[in-house]
Amino acid sequence: MADAPHIPDEAETRVRWHDFAWTPENAKTAAMYIARYPAGRQASAVMALLDLAQRQVGAETRTQGWLPVPVIEFVAGQLGMPYMRAYEVATFYTMYNLAPVGRFHVQVCGTTPCLLRGSDDVLAACKNRGLIKGGTTPDGLFTLTEVECLGACANAPMVQINDDNFEDLTYDSMAAILEALANDQPVKIGPQIDRQTSCPEGGPTTLKEMVS
Amino acid sequence: MGCAMLADKDRIFTNLYGFEPWNLAAAKKRGDWDKTAKLLEIGQDEIIERIKASGLRGRGGAGFPTGMKWSFMPKAPTDNRPNFLVINADESEPGSCKDREIIRHDPHKLIEGALVAGFAMRARAAYIYIRGEFIFEAKILEAAVAEAYAAGLIGKNACKSGYDFDVFVHRGAGAYICGEETAMLESLEGKKGQPRLKPPFPAGAGLYGCPTTVNNVESIAVAPTILRRSPEWFKGFGNPGNAGTKLFQISGHVNKPCVVEDAMSVPFRELIEKHCGGIRGGWDNLLAVIPGGSSVPLVPAAEIMDAPMDFDGLKALGSGLGTAAVIVMDKSTDIVRAISRLSYFYKHESCGQCTPCREGTGWMWRVMERLRTGDADVSEIDTLYQLTKQVEGHTICALGDAAAWPIQGLIKHFRPEIERRIADARGGEMLEAAE
Repeated sequence: MADAPHIPDEAETRVRWHDFAWTPENAKTAAMYIARYPAGRQASAVMALLDLAQRQVGAETRTQGWLPVPVIEFVAGQLGMPYMRAYEVATFYTMYNLAPVGRFHVQVCGTTPCLLRGSDDVLAACKNRGLIKGGTTPDGLFTLTEVECLGACANAPMVQINDDNFEDLTYDSMAAILEALANDQPVKIGPQIDRQTSCPEGGPTTLKEMVS
Repeated sequence: MGCAMLADKDRIFTNLYGFEPWNLAAAKKRGDWDKTAKLLEIGQDEIIERIKASGLRGRGGAGFPTGMKWSFMPKAPTDNRPNFLVINADESEPGSCKDREIIRHDPHKLIEGALVAGFAMRARAAYIYIRGEFIFEAKILEAAVAEAYAAGLIGKNACKSGYDFDVFVHRGAGAYICGEETAMLESLEGKKGQPRLKPPFPAGAGLYGCPTTVNNVESIAVAPTILRRSPEWFKGFGNPGNAGTKLFQISGHVNKPCVVEDAMSVPFRELIEKHCGGIRGGWDNLLAVIPGGSSVPLVPAAEIMDAPMDFDGLKALGSGLGTAAVIVMDKSTDIVRAISRLSYFYKHESCGQCTPCREGTGWMWRVMERLRTGDADVSEIDTLYQLTKQVEGHTICALGDAAAWPIQGLIKHFRPEIERRIADARGGEMLEAAE
């Protein structure tokens, strides 16, 4: 597939990640996740542990993290499941990165509700800043992915950057967000227009007395 | 039906926009967790009867009667084969964004609902499967669950009722298909989210092979209020067979897109005028509406304008209420592109298990893209239609159907537009040849 991620060579990856282990804090978090499932069903925690591992890799590399093969093996080993079962999970779900990403993972929603409200403009703002779909900028700052519906359709168009949503975007507000991130400046999360979450712009039509 | 406007006192989700905090103290002020033990005293079978009597139909899209679904669960589960409640918060249907608002602004309604519903169906625990991309929402939900445990509302002797009930949050990781109930169970078990063949149905053999009921977030979150205010109250809204209030999510070409709770069966025009400031460019500028999320066929402007927004009313128009995710398209819309983008969505989200869907979704998208540019032959419209019929109904789950229906809706209502594009592209070629 042309748009498949470039997965680093396994020999290099092994040298770098063969001794992956949880940080003490993540070890506790992992144990908490495993405890949510009945005894003998600890494989249920594989999704949570892969996410945790990806975040730890991200913290160690100052990026949004990815899942090198030895890390997936580590998670599979902890849960007593065959490596292939864990690998299947890592490849099936889109939130696991199989290749390194940048410091900011810009995920632009391009599905129809966002398309109708101008996701083309949002993508154009990314493109004009040098972001390339499916790739990372040479400075390692931005990885751009066009994703499918992220469930914020009443606030379309939107992007998710790392763990945060930016909603009600325009070309200009998207360009400003990227500029601010690149310069380590604070950004406003959520709607980029004067609006409370998914309330109609200009104020609620219902529950007005609840607004204090 | 000339519905009077739903009064604020009859709205269930009173913190829909998060003007107030989500936390336990604020939730209690809004009436959540108010003598929940008394609700449980109603008794397991009687709770199910009352939910049946309220006419509540599942809010996740299919509209199956919720009380009846609960009644399928075994009445005498054993310790090594307990009942489970799984709550579907994998909100991924394009257009849908209501469960997100419940979780980030009113999570205690959901957790209290989980206890009430779980108790009624004799479940030992509830797993709330929240989509992975709802990172912020999952954090709030986890914090709200922790609050409920700390206050003794769930866990051992929940609400001092004598009933032990656990609530666990399980985060997904980005797969639309996990919103399908058996795919969700697979995913919960730590596998790829590929749907299971039915039967056995989850109520017989679900999570870990144990009896399981999968319910949508909204269906569960409204249950305590229904019990508090009476089934008759809930049934008082909406046309017969379409009871209750409903969270509508309006996106696309309206002046003010929003999520809003209104009575079921509210006419489309009223919904848009009251809450969304009308159609962008006025009602004459309306082209078509996808009334229930991407999986339902679109409805042309003239047919939808005065239609009641409910299960039966939209079914009569050859579409459906789905999750009440209303995607509005005005006349500036490239309608073929809008539907083609949905085809791409289904191609991307097919789990790859069944050949008709795995191959068919890719095929359908590629043909749709050629129809979009007009680089096709008129006969291909019929070929595409036939193709959708070969996918529809030939797969384990409904994703194949969901991929087929939007295209069928497009061909049914906008065939002249597709033909015009092909003719234009051809005309362009002929002109070039003449020059």
